[in-house]
Amino acid sequence: LAPWVPVVGLEIHAQISSNSKLFSGSQVQFAAPPNSLVSFFDASLPGTLPVLNRRCVEAAVMTGLALNCSINKKSLFDRKHYFYADLPAGYQITQQRVPIAVNGSLSYSLCIDNKMSQMVTKTVRIKQIQLEQDSGKSLHDDTRSQTLVDLNRAGVGLMEVVMEPDMCCGEEAAAAVRELQLILQTLGSSQAVMAEGQLRVDANVSVHHPGEPYGVRTEVKNINSIRFLAKAVDYEIQRQIEELEKGGTILNETRAFDSKLGCTVTMRDKEGKQDYRFMPEPNLPPLILYDTKSLPANLNHQQVVNIDCIHERLPDLPSVKRAKLVERYGILPEHSFTLLNEDGLTEFFETVVKETRMKPKKVIGWILNDLLSYLKQHSLTVKESPVSSFLLADLLNLLEKKEISSTAAKQVLAELWKGEGKTPLEIVKEKKLELIQDQNELEHICQAVIDGQENEVIMMVLG
Amino acid sequence: QEVTVEVLDHLERLALVDFRDAEGVERLQKAIGFADQLHEVNTDGVEPMDSVLEDRCLYLREDDVTEGNCTNELLKNAREKVEEYFVAPPGNIPLPKLEERETFLQGS
Repeated sequence: LAPWVPVVGLEIHAQISSNSKLFSGSQVQFAAPPNSLVSFFDASLPGTLPVLNRRCVEAAVMTGLALNCSINKKSLFDRKHYFYADLPAGYQITQQRVPIAVNGSLSYSLCIDNKMSQMVTKTVRIKQIQLEQDSGKSLHDDTRSQTLVDLNRAGVGLMEVVMEPDMCCGEEAAAAVRELQLILQTLGSSQAVMAEGQLRVDANVSVHHPGEPYGVRTEVKNINSIRFLAKAVDYEIQRQIEELEKGGTILNETRAFDSKLGCTVTMRDKEGKQDYRFMPEPNLPPLILYDTKSLPANLNHQQVVNIDCIHERLPDLPSVKRAKLVERYGILPEHSFTLLNEDGLTEFFETVVKETRMKPKKVIGWILNDLLSYLKQHSLTVKESPVSSFLLADLLNLLEKKEISSTAAKQVLAELWKGEGKTPLEIVKEKKLELIQDQNELEHICQAVIDGQENEVIMMVLG
Repeated sequence: QEVTVEVLDHLERLALVDFRDAEGVERLQKAIGFADQLHEVNTDGVEPMDSVLEDRCLYLREDDVTEGNCTNELLKNAREKVEEYFVAPPGNIPLPKLEERETFLQGS
């Protein structure tokens, strides 16, 4: 049987972290009374016009720079028309012809064979990043055969990040999205929390035989977590392979991922191929961005977005942070991945290192093996840890000073998890775990043991 | 070049316009003919203009919350509402297929 080559591309929508919406001054907030964060423009009342939010432009430029894109100094807005109850205008303002950023790349890492010690770096090309409006939310009430519409989300700024089909499986897609999520959170351009709909991913999947042209692709939607993304992609790849091997064909359709059943199903609501009748947005002139060279002298600085300024203010990206951790503390690359992967773990680790004399290379073991596994077992975040970084540092200091053994330290840690407010020293004294340092005392104990076991001693001496 | 029934059906479906009768279609045909006059202009080497605003500055607004909080006013426009939600049918109701709807286009 000829091998199959799966091809996976992604369309990711990230909600921009801003106070107000992309084209209006209503507030951006996750949970609020229905239709309370809606302006006349968001509700598409006649006579209203879009006014572009500068913060959204800056967020898109930051993200484009972080993903190694070329920033288009002139980009355009377009209307994408379709009918849906949560799109009051009947069109979405997007950037179809000339988006704000193009031709970037994202590097991400994978473990080979689930072994953290063997990591491989992969790259996915970023086709483009475009600014566009989010739609409102539809709540389907099947019992009364109606849909309830909340426009609070309508008009919120989105960055659509299009990743080329350079990935080949669920694991790669998940790793790429995870890295993008970390980058967005580091930049602050999006909080990228999938559970709150701030990061939405659609996957484009197809399979073909090596050397042959790409197969028909399907679009998979309704993916609500990074874990489900991997499952959905892998399921769809398998489904397509099985269908083709049976002699069937793949329809160019949109499918929804059903997380309960772990499979993809046809979305019946999509009526054939959509004709979006793209046209230029007549109410918005082109978006012009500047750099230090092209900066016009007479323009109000509030009206200017300077790409070079934004570039200078970019924080350290995750890949840079990891490299710095490895260099500064002598930990392994895979350790730095785990540190960045858990919210707050890096800060925790660095505080412990600062407060103890133990070498970072030893501290990392306690952080990753003891602390993290405990947190995972009890589904706690680092912030919720009953053992603070200072408490752990105290404990490790006792170990460093050889006042307790490593085994005793683990016992103390087990006690500390109970969160009863005792210090490591108090627990050590309570449970009499101190290492005996006194030479004479040690000799006495050894002698007592030997005296008490005369027969065994004779056997040992005789060999 | 005449506008075909397929195109008219497609337009009715996409834009939910109703050409109603032969006169409506003829008016469309005339409008296309009128716009076609643009082809008489030689545009070789000229950058297409897609907006008369192209040399205006796109005004950038500060990221402040200045609007919203007018639920009651907005809901005044709703024919039906449920607890501050707008009410809509359960999904898009597509236009029935050409054969199944009462339109003069069928006869064409």
